[in-house]
Amino acid sequence: MSPSSLHLAVALEGTGWHPASWREQVARPRDLFTAGYWADLVAEAERGLLDFVTFEDGLGPQSSHYGELDGRTDQVRGRLDAVLTASRIAPLTRHIGLVPTVIATHTEPFHISKAIATLDYVSAGRAGLRVQISARPHEADHFGRRTFPRLNLEELRTPSGQERLTDLFDEAADYVEVVRRLWDSWEDDAEIRDAATGRFVDRDKLHHIDFESRHFSVRGPSITPRPPQGRPPVTALAHQTVPYRLVARQGDIGYVTPHDADQVRAIVAEIRAEQEAAGRADELLHVFGDLVVLLDDDQAAAEDRRARLDALAGEPYTSDARIFAGTSAQLADLIQEFSEAGLSGFRLRPAVAGHDLLAITRGLVPELQRRGAFRTAYEADTLRGLLGLPRPANRYAAATA
Amino acid sequence: MTSKPLKQIHLAAHFPGVNNTTVWSDPKAGSHIEFSSFVHFAQTAERAKFDFLFLAEGLRLREQGGNIYDLDVVGRPDTFTVLAALAAVTERLGLTGTINSTFNEPYEVARQFAGLDHLSGGRSAWNVVTSWDAFTGENFRRGGFLPQEERYSRAKEFLATANELFDSWHGDEIVADRTTGVFLRDAKAGSFVHTGQHFDIHGQFNVPRSPQGRPVIFQAGDSEDGREFAASSADAVFSQYASLKEGQAFYTDVKNRLARYGRSHRDLLILPAATFVLGDTDAEAEELAREVRRQQVSGATAIKHLEFVWNRDLSAYDPEGPLPGIDPDAGGDHISKGRAQVRMYRDPLATAREWRELAAANNWSIRDLVIHTGNRQTFVGSPETVARTINDFVQADVSDGFILVPHITPGGLDPFADKVVPLLQEQGVFRTEYEGTTLRDHLGLAHPDDVRGERAAS
Repeated sequence: MSPSSLHLAVALEGTGWHPASWREQVARPRDLFTAGYWADLVAEAERGLLDFVTFEDGLGPQSSHYGELDGRTDQVRGRLDAVLTASRIAPLTRHIGLVPTVIATHTEPFHISKAIATLDYVSAGRAGLRVQISARPHEADHFGRRTFPRLNLEELRTPSGQERLTDLFDEAADYVEVVRRLWDSWEDDAEIRDAATGRFVDRDKLHHIDFESRHFSVRGPSITPRPPQGRPPVTALAHQTVPYRLVARQGDIGYVTPHDADQVRAIVAEIRAEQEAAGRADELLHVFGDLVVLLDDDQAAAEDRRARLDALAGEPYTSDARIFAGTSAQLADLIQEFSEAGLSGFRLRPAVAGHDLLAITRGLVPELQRRGAFRTAYEADTLRGLLGLPRPANRYAAATA
Repeated sequence: MTSKPLKQIHLAAHFPGVNNTTVWSDPKAGSHIEFSSFVHFAQTAERAKFDFLFLAEGLRLREQGGNIYDLDVVGRPDTFTVLAALAAVTERLGLTGTINSTFNEPYEVARQFAGLDHLSGGRSAWNVVTSWDAFTGENFRRGGFLPQEERYSRAKEFLATANELFDSWHGDEIVADRTTGVFLRDAKAGSFVHTGQHFDIHGQFNVPRSPQGRPVIFQAGDSEDGREFAASSADAVFSQYASLKEGQAFYTDVKNRLARYGRSHRDLLILPAATFVLGDTDAEAEELAREVRRQQVSGATAIKHLEFVWNRDLSAYDPEGPLPGIDPDAGGDHISKGRAQVRMYRDPLATAREWRELAAANNWSIRDLVIHTGNRQTFVGSPETVARTINDFVQADVSDGFILVPHITPGGLDPFADKVVPLLQEQGVFRTEYEGTTLRDHLGLAHPDDVRGERAAS
């Protein structure tokens, strides 16, 4: 495995992904709403040479239930806007990618397109986005523009649940399409500053996008010039066929949640088939495995810690992703096994940010480096560069050439 | 009887935006997009101990005659995102952004401002603007626009709703007691219900109370509705009257409206936008100002400016020649889109008549006329003259201070910071150090919790 072929990201979520993580001595629950807290986490991830961090977000309070609030007071509730948090950190870092979560269902693609383009400017080419849908009725109530009936995980598996989900993901696909077209709506050399003719821009290099779909229409062009990366990478978490299709149609990275190597092979095969169906077979599309991680010097310590956290939470922690409790060497083994089965990277979810993020950067990363499986220095200045994604040509420039 | 104590001056800096004030052709002109330009500008403003940095917003590129307007600076970054990044490279400077109340939703905007306030340690401010045009609406899901008469009713309800969200957390909800396992004091933290003409929303806001409680609120409209909105709901007005008589009239009018909302004169600051041109001497500054004006108004720009009023294609006219003999087209769609100035000329026939008379009396070409009628240079002179004039204006209640718009990006503020600010400090009318940490501290505004406390006590 060549050093840059394995990619590592960390998903930042509150004090960590375990609901009792905030009760650990290393946790800083009272700092969650300060810039310093997030700056420290991202600086640590950058010390570990990770490709990028993602920032979770939501348009309502967190909940332990999928589709509704739980009224609990024993877990972290409340969070800051992910795009703003990423932007606040950008000037304090130099290499690591910054990938905030964006909710496609209730927000405006025009606003998000310019926000992510601006994040790309303030980070000099390190922005990405993670697109997410929201089918939660209580979040729809915060906007009052549309209503959704309650949707739980069982209903999701029924034909009508699948139909609703397909509709939301189709909207998200359109959303990403609009965002990308707006990024392309300025050709890279549109600003000409031609003093002789008095023209600041060449208006032939600015383009209306004229996108129309069932959910929205957007005329364009953007107000923000094309960002440094051309198109910041688009990422999405996916658990089944409908979201795999979004990843295959519109993604640069899909995060998936296999629990063993056979599942890796099956999921990757399904995504590749969808990718081919979408006419993108020749484009680089990363499939990353999501893993919740508890890392300690020996496996028993990690398992004890998990048991202690579960006891504090009052119930065993479950997740869509596999929960890994063990040593850095064991995790490196699993990562290599899953890589060989078809994953090109991993998004690790630290169970306790203050403990497991450091275990990743100071334990796992050196272990992978010793095996020659991970970079020993940042080899590119942009997130696309780190991910091996070429800077895309502008679709409108191609049309006029 | 002692003399009236000197008013302290408030100063802010407006990053030059999309208009012909910005001289992009100057060799010293840098990028208006690259983050390094914003860093330079913000750090200059903070070095000069300014109250805040101000960013305008546009949501659609301007067009004229069906074409994208290409003579001025075009393009700008996203307001929230660039302000959040600037919070990382400044420590005290207030961060004020224009956010439209028509093409946004209260829950999202309240989250963003509360977040910006947390991430900046209490330095966020929101310039609430309204818009109703279908032209801008073509970029949005809403697709829509508002009847013009409803724009302030939506803006007022938008702001009231955002305030309900800001106030939905009181500041003591997060307990985070490791031992007992209580993170939140109250499961219902952030609960809100708003039912109104424009918004019918309920649920729980998910951002705890921020350092300033609420962002500082700016308002910029000048209509009767706009003035009333400012008097009822704003902390500061971004006005356009930086001259002695007009400024005093606006100041008196708006401040006198405060009483009916139970507010006092110090609850609302009047801060006009102002440009400046500095020279070593007054004469040198005057000469420089003339050069800047000619750079700001090229022949092509002058013709386009005339087209706002004439509402016709005037590209065949010579900018160095006389004004068109034909009258403005007072009907139909305006050929200029996405420009606030269009609304300034409500009676184009009268404006055309007046301009022809002016041009004839002074022997002005089209370009001369636009240079003179569009003159936005507020303070021209030596640093001593400019400092004295600014202080005189503030002491004479033209305003409580000024929002300065340099004509060069990003270095245009530097000479003001280096030469004028020290003179104001010597006169004891401008701070030499920040006294507080939040924008409310700089502006001398009460914290919303204090206001609520006072009202509860009274």
